[in-house]
Parts: sequence; structure tokens; C-alpha cells
Amino acid sequence: MNLDLPLIFTILMGASILAYVILDGYDLGVGILMPFATRDEQDRMVASIGPFWDANETWLVLGVGLLLIAFPAAHGLILGALYLPVLGMLIFLMLRGVAFEFRVKAEGWHRELWNRLFFVGSLGTALSQGVMLGAVVTGFRNETPYWIFNSFVAIGLAGGYALLGATWLTLKTEATLQLKSFDMARIALLVVAAGIAGVSIATPLVSPSVFAKWFNFPDTLPLLLLPVTTLLVGGYLWRCINQLRQGIARGEWQPFAAAAGIFALAFCGLAYSLFPYLVIDKMTIWQAASHPSALKVILVGALIVLPFNIGYTIFAYRVFWGKARELSYG
Amino acid sequence: MDSLDPLSIARAQFGLNIGFHILFPTVSMSLAWFLVFFRWRHFRTGDAVWLDAYRQWVKIFALTFAMGVVTGIVMSFQFGTNWPGFMGTVGNIAGPLLGYEVLTAFFLEATFLGVMLFGMNRVPGWLHLLSASLVAGGTTLSAFWILALNSWMHTPAGQVIADGVWIAQDWWAVIFNPSFPYRFTHMMLASTLTASFLIAGLSAWRLLKSPLDAVARRTLTTGIVVAALAIPVQIFVGDQHGLNTLVHQPAKIAAMEGLWQTEKGAPLVLFAWPDEQQRKNLYALEIPNASSLILTHQIDGEVKGLADFAPDTPPVKPVFFAFRLMVGMGGAMLLMAWFGAWLLWRRGSLPKPMLRAFSVFTFAGWVATLAGWIVTEVGRQPWLVTGLLRTKDAVGPATQGALLTSLIAYALTYAGLLLAYIVVLTHLAGKGASTAVVPPHASTGVSL
Repeated sequence: MNLDLPLIFTILMGASILAYVILDGYDLGVGILMPFATRDEQDRMVASIGPFWDANETWLVLGVGLLLIAFPAAHGLILGALYLPVLGMLIFLMLRGVAFEFRVKAEGWHRELWNRLFFVGSLGTALSQGVMLGAVVTGFRNETPYWIFNSFVAIGLAGGYALLGATWLTLKTEATLQLKSFDMARIALLVVAAGIAGVSIATPLVSPSVFAKWFNFPDTLPLLLLPVTTLLVGGYLWRCINQLRQGIARGEWQPFAAAAGIFALAFCGLAYSLFPYLVIDKMTIWQAASHPSALKVILVGALIVLPFNIGYTIFAYRVFWGKARELSYG
Repeated sequence: MDSLDPLSIARAQFGLNIGFHILFPTVSMSLAWFLVFFRWRHFRTGDAVWLDAYRQWVKIFALTFAMGVVTGIVMSFQFGTNWPGFMGTVGNIAGPLLGYEVLTAFFLEATFLGVMLFGMNRVPGWLHLLSASLVAGGTTLSAFWILALNSWMHTPAGQVIADGVWIAQDWWAVIFNPSFPYRFTHMMLASTLTASFLIAGLSAWRLLKSPLDAVARRTLTTGIVVAALAIPVQIFVGDQHGLNTLVHQPAKIAAMEGLWQTEKGAPLVLFAWPDEQQRKNLYALEIPNASSLILTHQIDGEVKGLADFAPDTPPVKPVFFAFRLMVGMGGAMLLMAWFGAWLLWRRGSLPKPMLRAFSVFTFAGWVATLAGWIVTEVGRQPWLVTGLLRTKDAVGPATQGALLTSLIAYALTYAGLLLAYIVVLTHLAGKGASTAVVPPHASTGVSL
């Protein structure tokens, strides 16, 4: 049997990155929303993500790890070109990660400092990732217009994370904090809508090869499904929140699922625009791939281990099912 | 070599990152097993002191684990940004080992960590104990994979050239390469000692403030007993690891011993100032023939000197001094642990000067581990993968400016994090776990 291993690994890597963006996205989003909450609410917000953030972040290690081990040539090229945004992201991620622990153990002004750093780390991570995403789409160009484009993507992505965070709070909290989460979600949804629209208009302008892939009528007509579905899911999300706000009973998980759906759709659009390139117009997945012998060994391991990973991840989410309660060690 | 060329900065930056990272897994790998032990004792005996000990140390574990995770993520990016030539040359061997670490270890420990930290009141006792064990098992598994890769870089085996790149011919030989069993055991024991001195040190710190704290007395005893048992084993394993290195990386041994020329009946250099220009030791204090005796078990056995390996020799000074620091720390830890254990056995508690001494030794394991790490990693130079790839051939295209910026940014971040970590640890330890005190009549007997 002749497997297209680079293609399989592209799918695995894409799935890991999408899992990361949605899962750590809600963690980071909750962090971004911290300034809009009172002290007690902040504690509950962190309690809603405390048991999960570490495992969520592991999907980033898997995604980057797959890039490193399956496409080493592209890993060097991409991360070399993104040296400074990656540096920024790593330092913000460090601050955010340790702030989880420090903010509950420190006292006095130290505690306040770590609360601030938790917010700064979350927002900084989101913005750095947005800049990286923009640079990937435009092929790592350094001129000013590209940096403006990258900044737009960054704000859009931070808005998207805030949307995931707000809808996560809708699901995991009650009373006034949940009421607050409705407003947070509505504002974040507007930012996301503006972001997706802006980026969709700008992308074909800054990237000729994306332009060619999008506007190759009539072959690309089915592609219209993506923006149309995104619009419908966005509208549905808006309606869900409004109904919950008015006290109309419906699943509190629906806004979060819709937000995750928007991310998945945007991700499909991105994947379609880039494929088969890892470095746009320069390096395809087949040019960048490792030796088949190495890929086979990893694939076998992944196929055996990943079902277990998914299984115990579901177990962990079930343990902390329901509304977030105060976290205590033991 | 210009000290600001990209290769040197890339090495300094990678050394800083991995050196800072290694501090935290070194603690958490074994601390996780200590916690399993505390939790298990409470599960079996229902003794509240064990539960308080667990609750106290799980806070420190959570913080240490988080530090390890966030600094570890940096590593997954730096392989590519600093050393693209590494993955380009041996990526087909390094990649799967790293991949298996992520798949089998990282997800396991990270997922069950949530249940271990916050789930005690949500799941049955046995399931909580199982979750803690899976976290501990995950950290050990993670060490297994990363040390397999690290050992392979020191003593490569099982690889073959195919289509112009190195691939694995025999994965069993790659993983269980010649230095792996020694390095893995040596590192796990280093972690055991680091965690036990940390536990003993912070418990001693608490007892200086509150001499009757029952939890601190219990954890002090646990830490000292484990250290006293582990350290002779570690000295034996370290010696075996050295003999293994003599076979596979003799230049490293020559640098550790400060031996410039091949000699029969080589002396053991206790202390000296190695002069790399004159290629000899100044102010040497030596024991005649002792090096030959230790390394070859013959009084006039031949030991190869650095001259035999030129020009592929490591820088001598860092390897030479770090080795002496590691051995010196090991000796001091042996004396401390055994004397402390003897005092506990004879009189049931430690006098204040001994408590102070253990407080000073809280981070002794870090010093010894970092020194050992410098010996082995600097001792490997100029090779990145012995015989296959030189460090200078793996360095990336990042500019001096980008490297210097990031080096400074990391250094500042790490300095802040390390300070915060130590402040919080001493603060938590000073506060203690509970208000429970040993009743006066029981104060002479501390038992496990």
C-alpha cells in the first residue's frame, strides 16, 4: 500500500493546530476578558479553565512538533522567518502559564501584578499568533503594508479568542458573570465579523496566489459555501446569545459550539488557500517532508496513542463537568 | 572564536533555555513520586498528616510543573530556529523520539494533572491516587524519551545512511544506545536527590520557625531518608557512567580529568588551573597513579590525553571545573544526608544548626545537576551528534541582532521567573501546611 504520508501528516498537523486554537483559544480568551470582571469574577473565570489549560497547550506542542518532525525543512524556514513574533509569543505564553500558579500563591501587590500579567500574557500570545498567521498567509513579507495586514489579523484573532472565552464563560458560569459573558460575546462577535470580512477582502489583494485560488470561476464556486456557512453560523450564534439573555431556555453549550464552528470554517478557508504549500509559493508539503521511514514510525505511534489521548481528555472534561466551582488543591 | 558570532550566541541562548528548563523537570519528576507516596500513605492509613503533606507539596509541584511546561514549549521551537541543521541531518531519528515524547508523555501528564490538582473531591480516592500516579508516570516517560534522544546524540547507534540522510535502521539500538541506561539512571537519581533535598530544606526552614509542625517533621524525615538511601547509589551509577564515557567519548574524560598527554600511571588531578594555551595544568594538586587506577583498575594503566584527540577536543576549563563542582556537591550531600539520618535515628529530631544547614542545601541538587549537565554537554563539543554532526554545521541563519535580542529577552524573563519561584517557595514553606503540631510527649519519635 502506498500512502501519501506527507498529506496524512499535513492533516494530522492541521487537526492539532485547529484543536490548539479552539482549546487554548478559550483559555486565552478568558485571560483577555479579565479586565472586564471584578476580583471575585476573575477567580471564577480562572477556576473555569484551571484544570484544562495545561493539556490544551500541549496541542501547540504537538502541532509545532509535527511541523518539526514531519516537515523539518519548513519548520526551520517558517520559524526562522517568524523569529521575533515567536519570541514574543513564547515569553507571553510563559507569563500566562506561570501566572495561573503565582496569582493564587502571591499576596498583596504581587497578586495584583500576576493578575495583570495573566491578562498581558493572554492578550500578547493572541496578538503574536495573529501576526504569525498573517505572515504565513502573505509569505513572510516585511514591507509596511504587510505589517498592517498582519496587525489586522492579530486583532481579529484576539477577538476570536475573546469570543471563544466569552462563550466558554456562558457555558461554565452562572448569575451575573454569565450575564456579563453575553455582552462580552456580542462585542467579540462584532470584532470577529469585522476581522473575517477585512481579512477576506485583503488576503487576495496581498497574495496573488491566494487570489488565483479563490477567483478561478467556475471551479471555485463551491468555495462560496465557506463564507455563506460562516455567515449563517455567526447569525445563529448572535441569536443564541440574545435568547439566553432574554431568559429563553436553550443549550448553554450552543454559543461555544458555534464559536468553535466559526474557527473551524475559517481554518478550512485558510487550509484551502495555502494547500499544498507550507511556505506559500516556495515549499510544498512534499518538498518539506521527512524520510518515509521516520514518518511511518510516528504514524503508527500516533494511531495507537491518539485514541487514548482523546479518551482521557474526555474523562478529564467529565470530571470537571458543569458550572465552575472554586478551585482548591485537594 | 568571536564571542558575539551567531554560533556562540545561538549556543549561549540554547544553553540558557535548556539550563533554565532542566531545573523544573528535575524537581517535578521525582516530586511527583513523592506526592504519590504521600497520597498513598494517607489512602492506606487515613493519617491526616500525610494528607496535609500532600496538600502542601502539591502546591509546590503545581508551580514547578507549570514552570517546566512553559519553559519546555520554548525548546520545541528552538530546535528549528537555532539548529535547523540538526533536524536537517538527523531529523529522521530525533523526530520520532520527540514525537513519541509528546504523544505518550506530555498529554498523559498534562491531562491528569488537572484531576490530580483539583479533582480530589470530585473523584473516588483510588482514582485520584491513580491520576497522581499517571502524572508521575508521564513525567518519567517524558524523561525516558528525551534522554534516549540526548544519549543517542552522545553515543549514536542503530543509524544508517539512506537517500543521503541518516535514518534509523534499528530503533531498539537507537533508543537503548550505549550511554542511555547509565544516563537515564543517573538523571533519575539526580532528580530524586534534588527533590529530596528540596523537601528536606524547605521542611527544615519551616521547623526553624515552628519546631513542632507535624507535617514539616514528617516531610523532613522523608526527604532525608530518601536522600541518604539514594546518594550512595548515585555515586556508584555516576562512576559507571564515567567508565561508559571512557569507552565512547574518551576526549570528554580527558577534559574532566585535566589530562593533556596520554600517560601510563596517570595522576588524579584534585585541583588545578588548566591553561588551554600552554596545554598544561598550573598549580596542580595531584594523587599519583590514581586516575589510572580509577579508570583502568591498574596502577600503571594507560589513559588517553587530549593531545590524542586534537583538534576534536572540548573546551577544558568548563568541563574540568564543573566536574569538580558536581563531585564536591555529591560528597557534601552524602555527608549531610547520612549525618542527618543518623541524628534523626539517634535523637528523633535535628538540632537548629543542622536545620539551618539543610535550609542552605535546599537547592543543592540544582547546583549538582547543572554542573553535571555542563560536564556532559560541553564535554561533547565540538560534536552535536558524536561523529556525525558538528555543532557549527547545525546553526541557523538567524542574525546576530535577532539572537542577541532574544537572548536578552529570555535572560530577563528567566531572572524574574526564578526570583518569583524562589520567593513563593520559601513563602509557602514558611507558612507551613497546617496548624497541627506534634504533641509534646511524641516529640522524640518521628516515624514514617
